[in-house]
Amino acid sequence: MFNKDRWDEILEALTANKFRTLLTAFGVFWGITILVLLLALTNGLKNGVIASFDNFAANSMFTWTQRVSIPYKGLPKGRRFNYKLDDVKALKSEFPELKYVSPRNSLGGYRGANNVTRGTKIGAFQIYGDYPEFIEQLPMDILQGRFISHSDINAKRKICVIGVDVVASLYDKGEDAIGTYIKINGVNFMVVGVFKNVNSQGDSEEEANTIFIPFSTFNQAFNYGDRVGWMAITAYDEYGITGLKERIFNVLKGRHTIHPNDNRAFGHRDISEDFAKVTGLFSILTLVGYFVGALILLSGIIGISNIMLIVVKERTKEIGVRRALGATPWNIRLQILQESLILTILSGMTGVAFAGGVIWLMNYSLDQSGPVENFANPSVGMSVIFTALTILIVSGLLAGMIPANSATRMKPVDALRIE
Amino acid sequence: MIQIKDLHKSYHMGSNSLHVLKGINFNVKEGELVSIMGSSGSGKSTLLNILGMLDEADSGSYILDGVPIKNLNEKIAARYRNKFLGFIFQSFNLINYKTALDNVAMPLYYQGLKRKERIEKAEYYLEKVGLADWSHHLPSELSGGQKQRVAVARALASDPKVLLADEPTGALDSVTSHEVMDLIQGINDEGKTILIVTHENDIAQMTKRIVQLKDGVIIDDSPVKQIRAKEHV
Repeated sequence: MFNKDRWDEILEALTANKFRTLLTAFGVFWGITILVLLLALTNGLKNGVIASFDNFAANSMFTWTQRVSIPYKGLPKGRRFNYKLDDVKALKSEFPELKYVSPRNSLGGYRGANNVTRGTKIGAFQIYGDYPEFIEQLPMDILQGRFISHSDINAKRKICVIGVDVVASLYDKGEDAIGTYIKINGVNFMVVGVFKNVNSQGDSEEEANTIFIPFSTFNQAFNYGDRVGWMAITAYDEYGITGLKERIFNVLKGRHTIHPNDNRAFGHRDISEDFAKVTGLFSILTLVGYFVGALILLSGIIGISNIMLIVVKERTKEIGVRRALGATPWNIRLQILQESLILTILSGMTGVAFAGGVIWLMNYSLDQSGPVENFANPSVGMSVIFTALTILIVSGLLAGMIPANSATRMKPVDALRIE
Repeated sequence: MIQIKDLHKSYHMGSNSLHVLKGINFNVKEGELVSIMGSSGSGKSTLLNILGMLDEADSGSYILDGVPIKNLNEKIAARYRNKFLGFIFQSFNLINYKTALDNVAMPLYYQGLKRKERIEKAEYYLEKVGLADWSHHLPSELSGGQKQRVAVARALASDPKVLLADEPTGALDSVTSHEVMDLIQGINDEGKTILIVTHENDIAQMTKRIVQLKDGVIIDDSPVKQIRAKEHV
């Protein structure tokens, strides 16, 4: 279909009036540029917001205990209760769908009092008692040493894994933290690892101000018995945590003698639900991007169609001559269609390339200026490029259809008579 | 070569009907050089258009080289035009953004020939009309006579059975007119059948047979003693 002769014919026709071709092409160029940029910006926004999820495994939830709100089996309303380590075991055995059930406890907190000392240095940090699985739920970069292991849990070792900011405030520059001791609430812990958050925005400072110690050590050293502050529960990818939630709470209600309708006894945060909300929002934004972009593109396409109509009108006589020389109507139609197709695709792909350049510039300046809240790495995938190409091909054909038909509507004898 | 029987054609414009051809009968044998004469409105151009399959008759039969021409759709008409006919127009009708060579090669393009073959043939015919040196010039860089010679080369390129020329000298001065007629006579000498529509008597005298048309009927059809255009050049 596209041999060299065709190309020559098409290029000859398109370059016959270069300025007009250029102006026409600009409409489609601009449309596709806006389309791609809108999608890239949406994507940047999405990346930015998703990054604020701290990379926590999406199919997860946190749950903690609150006060009982309905009296049940002789127990009063307003009763406090705690999760126990047995609950963790029970959940693990009753729900094979669950990948991780990590009990957690913590000390200190945001703007808490000073609780950690090392020699003359002192600081206020968040202390967590955790199981080794926790690093699977919240990925972090271990810069030095290691994370908590199961033998730490079993032996209740007094070891800790500290954030980079902890290192910065308790150690001199260049000092090696591994193997040194820090005092947490008066108890000595050996530093076995240093971590950094993978990719978090906003509260990365707080995160890196964190110290992890084995859960068993935490409970023993700080007198928590077998109490569990809260649980981080992650389901296998094939089971949605949102769907499992109710059954999990029913089991917990049974274990803690809580009225079946008492939903306020447990607090929880469903990460996957939050995640779905945000991704849902961005699918809508993406749709809006496509919609607006396509509308702008449409005006470009109408421009091409319009110009092709004029071109056909201007070339009525030429078309008549070609038909007298033996061009079939299909020959003529094909040529007009191809001209409009080539024009659309060329200008469209230039638009895509241009938008690519703009996106690159955006990323470059983002890299230079550092992270911006809720915006990161604006980009479009290959799928968008293919979608754009499809849109261009379809619209190029559409743009050529009317002019192509009008080119062959006139009888050759009438076409030849036009001066 | 051409057999026409009882050809009728009328044009309808609103409620008015204009009967242009009122029963034309005539035959053209192979190798003839015929001129069709008549005042404007006599129907000579309509006749040529029907012969050229650019227009269709209302009734009557038309047989071209043994092939009955009727009920043509545009696709078949295009193929027949390409195969059987070469057109020469009064206003040359060259495509202005194509070089002389590419213009000549155009009918061959629609025949589906390969580029190399097309160029070879086109060069041959340009040479034949004496414009080999002008092959890469655009029509705007050629004189009127040269343009018409390119058009003649283009009409010849597909090696048609019949050449149809509609006032081929209408836009040319008398010297170039005679040059073009000399070329046409030369082609006819080689055996090509040629029909020329003209209203200039001296051009008609250079053909071998004059058909006089008036008000849609043939009033005279007689052979003439051909005047060679060379004598005027």
